[in-house]
Formats: sequence, C-alpha cells, structure tokens
Amino acid sequence: MSSVAHTETAAWIVALRVARRKARLRLIAIMLGLVVTGVGLTLVTGPSMTTPSELLRILAGYDVPGASFSVRELRLPRAVLSIIAGMSFGLGGVIFQTLLRNPLASPDIIGISAGASAAAVFAIVVLGWDGSAVSILAVIAGMAVALLIYLLAWRDGVAGARLILVGIGLSAMLDSMIAYVLSRAPAWTMQDALRWLTGSVNGATLAEALPVLLSLTIFGGLLLARRDNLEAMRLGDDTAAALGVPLAREKLLAVMAAVGLIAVATAVSGPIAFVAFLSGPIAKRITGPGRSPLIAAALVGALLVLLGDYTGQHLLAGRYPVGVVTGALGAPYLIFLIIRSHRSGREA
Amino acid sequence: MTTLNVEALEAGYGSRTILTDLDLAVPSGAITAIVGANACGKSTLLRCLARLLRPTAGQVVLDGRSVRHIPTRDLARRLGLLPQSPIAPDGMTVADLVSYGRHPHQGMLSRWTQHDDRAVAAALEATRTADIADREVDQLSGGQRQRVWIAMALAQETDILLLDEPTTFLDIAHQVEILDLLVDLNQSRGTTIVMVLHDLNLAARYADHLVAIRCGRLHTAGSPESVLTERTVKEVFGVSCRVIPDPTSGKPMMLPLGRHRAGAGLSTEDTTS
Repeated sequence: MSSVAHTETAAWIVALRVARRKARLRLIAIMLGLVVTGVGLTLVTGPSMTTPSELLRILAGYDVPGASFSVRELRLPRAVLSIIAGMSFGLGGVIFQTLLRNPLASPDIIGISAGASAAAVFAIVVLGWDGSAVSILAVIAGMAVALLIYLLAWRDGVAGARLILVGIGLSAMLDSMIAYVLSRAPAWTMQDALRWLTGSVNGATLAEALPVLLSLTIFGGLLLARRDNLEAMRLGDDTAAALGVPLAREKLLAVMAAVGLIAVATAVSGPIAFVAFLSGPIAKRITGPGRSPLIAAALVGALLVLLGDYTGQHLLAGRYPVGVVTGALGAPYLIFLIIRSHRSGREA
Repeated sequence: MTTLNVEALEAGYGSRTILTDLDLAVPSGAITAIVGANACGKSTLLRCLARLLRPTAGQVVLDGRSVRHIPTRDLARRLGLLPQSPIAPDGMTVADLVSYGRHPHQGMLSRWTQHDDRAVAAALEATRTADIADREVDQLSGGQRQRVWIAMALAQETDILLLDEPTTFLDIAHQVEILDLLVDLNQSRGTTIVMVLHDLNLAARYADHLVAIRCGRLHTAGSPESVLTERTVKEVFGVSCRVIPDPTSGKPMMLPLGRHRAGAGLSTEDTTS
C-alpha cells in the first residue's frame, strides 16, 4: 500500500466527517431558530397581544404601559424556565437512554422524576415547607431513588432490562404515594402541590430559574466535556474499556450528572411529563444515526416545553399546565415502544 | 519490544474460580493462539490479559509492570482488544467506528490531528475496508464487519492485539481471510497477536505459538508441533485423533476420531464392530 493511497483515503474520511458536521450544525441552527420563535410567541401572546415593536422596546428597557409588567414579570420568566428546564430534561433523558441503550430507560419512566416529585409533595403538604428547601429535598430524593433502583437491580452486575422493570415498579409506588399525600392535602396547598403531578411553568420567576440554569451549566458542561467517553461506551463495556475508558468512574459521573439535571429541573417545574423520554428519540430522528444527539436532545426538550406550554395556555379551550400537553404526546409513544419491543421479541 | 507475561494467575467470576496458578510468557512479535475445550478458561485468560477482569491472585505484567498499575488510557495505547461480540450502535458508519480506535490517543485537551486521520486511513486500507468507509456497519456482511472491527483495533496502533474468537460465525472463506489478515499485520507491523481460536487446525497453521488450557490450568505451550499431538488433544479435549502433517504447510493437522465413520485404517481404539 502506498502512502499516496493513504492520503486519498484520509482525505475522503475527512470529507465525510466535514459533510456530516455541516449537516448537524445546520440542523442545530434550525432548532435554535425554532426555540427563538417559540420564545417570541410566548412573549407576545397574552390576553392582549404585544406587538413585536413594543416587545423590542420592552426588552431594551423602555416602559410600555400595560405591557411591560406582563412581559418582564410573567412571560419572560415563563419562557426562560421553559427553555432551561426543557434542556435539562432532554439532556438528562438522552444520557440515560444512551448509557442503558434503551429508549425506555428514561428517568421519567424509571421513577427518578417520581422520587423527586414524591419528596416535594411530602415536604409541601405534610411538612409545610416551601421555597428552596423543597427543591433541595427533591434533588436528594431523585439521587436516592436512582441509587435504590441500582441496588435493587443488582445481581452480578446491572442489566438494562432488569433496571428498567425495577424502575417502572418503583415509579408506580411513588406515584401512588403522591396521590395519597395529595388526597390528604388541605385545599390551600393543593395548587402548589398539584404542580408535582404533571409539571408546570405557571407562576415561574427568574429567581426560581436560577438554580436550574446553574445545574444545566455545571452538569451539562460536564457531560459535554466527557462526551467522547460517553460515545465510546455505546460500543459495549468491553470495547470501551479496551479503548481506555475508565468505565466505573465515567458511568458514575454520567449518571450522577443526569440525575442532577433531572432532579433540579423537577424541583422547580415539577416532572413535566415525558419530556425526558421523548426528547432523545425525536432528536435522533431529526439528526439521523451517528453520534448520540446530546445538544439536539436538549434543544428538542426546550422546544417541547415551550410549545407544549404555549399550546396549553393559548391554543386549547381552557388552560392546562404544560405537563398535560406533553403527557398527551408522550403516552402514545410509550405504548408504541412497548408494543414494538414486544413484537420484535426483545427484552423491554 | 513489548513483553506480556502472566504470573501465578488465579481468576474467576464471583466465588467461582476459573483459572488457577497459570504462568505464561507471550512471545513478542509472534502470533499466539489459545486453545482448549469449551468453558476451560480461554476467554477468561484473554479478559485478564486485557484487564477486563481483575485476577484474584497473581498478575499480568506488561513491560515489567503489573497492568493493574497502568493507567487505563496508557494501557489502551499499548494493548488492543477485539471482544467476542462487540456492539455497533445503529447506523454508525465504518469510518466512524474505526475512528474510535483513536480514542486512547485523544486527551481532554488534544484535538484530532492529521496523524489520527492517517492512522484511520491506514487501518481501513490494511483491512481492505476503505471503499466501504461510508457504509453503515450493521448493514455489512459478517466477514466485512469483522474486518471493520479489526480495523478499529488497528487504528489504536498498539504493539499487542488480543482477539477473542475472531473467526466465530464466519464461513471458511472468511475465516481464512481474517487469519491471513492477522498474519499480514504481524509481518508488516510486527504486532504481537494473541487470539482465542476454536479450530485446532487453523490455530496450528496460523499461529507461531500454541497455548493449550485444560480446566483453568496451563496444559502445554510451545510450537504447534510440540502442542498439537495426539496425546495433548486427548488430554485437553478428551477426543482421540490422528495427527498428520498438513500436506501444504507441513504444520501438524488433527483428524478427530469419533465412534462412527472413522474408518478401520485410522482408528486405534476401534476394536469392536
């Protein structure tokens, strides 16, 4: 083999890579455009519409009587929380799905979101807590449930299918706990506690969104920085280890970061139904096979929450929290996945 | 030259011990084939060599240093492994998969370089997979797919390559093709190759060094002529056989003797009829 031939092959694989990267960047740009459009829609829509020129003036800091308050204090925090919570759910979900090589292995299916919710409902209704104490407890509970699933699924190592089944069981138990606590709740805490059933961005404030932004920056940054190791783990544990990935450490880091993303976002917006579960598969459908779509999944998550919330607020008769809309999208997909995996005869 | 040795190795899964008191020196720059009956510990030995399994006693020593003390990434630059059934994610292309071989050479900070591209290109060409670089791995035939996985291990540019049954599930033409490819690599790059093989005759023909494992212990190691004997085959596999020189290569060739159809002329134990 001559070195000229090497150069030709090398040039070809470089060309293949560059073409794909361009295509991926174009898709990311389109999705970013859609997110910006969604934010714009959320900001201008209300009982009285704000015109784009008014909106620009408000965002530039001018006061527009009758519109400034609702844009700055109501709609902007709502859009911001929708984006960062959606990104957290999307990224956390796709990490789980990638690590366990199964679309059903999303944290909202295997009980991690339910754990965070149950703790929050308990804190609000029974302990009478509010504010950041509730969020912190929700995060701790999310981590604890993740650990519990892992321990219960352990038998000479953890197999994906067993972990998913254990998680679904735990999730059902936690859901019934939430329902029980809510049934005992006094009327004045109901509004607050109800958020923990389906998730909602109603009454969002920028102060509330801050911890979610922090967790998205820290955990999301950590995951993106280590994505090469994450990619190599898709080739199976043995191959990844042979390629120099310190498996135990990398898996633990990735799972903890994903649980952190999910739990912090859940603590603020509630478990917005099925966003974690849907984002990865939708992103994969959009970007095509190849690398696991981390950034695309985060953007799809943001879009799902933004557009779901917009639909629930403005397009349906009556007002619904975002989780009701995303739930209606996610449930059929869940059924489809279960039927398909059953038909193809594979485990879970 | 890299040296790989096994010292008083004991290993197993859970409380079950598979390998006991095993010593082995892997000859540098040669092709070694590990043979033995099913469940005798061949793959376990290979997993210990690759540090996928931690020994319960003894150690695997690479260049005078226990592999347990070598950082994972360093080890992956010196020792490559092709597992028995590696997973290719849906829709991954050949070029992408082979590029993973460069993983241990990438740091948190170092970027992909021209050298990486050339290493991938060289691996594709050496395995004659360059022309299918844009195809998806899961749509290839078994033989092509195995060549692609070998290309990935080649792109890793290690001195030692371990392979766990690289020819299983392949038809005879592809088995020979893969083994020829490994000999090419051994000769052109001087790569030390250690593989688990099922087919004794192919092992004797292609390997410079045979290692026979019986019930988790080293039975015999040495040249094919010294290992592939009627006695060793009887002891290791529990089957009677005749060993004759391979008419083309001159290496020993084993003909198993079952209860039927062995022919009176060949059988030594066939006394009744």
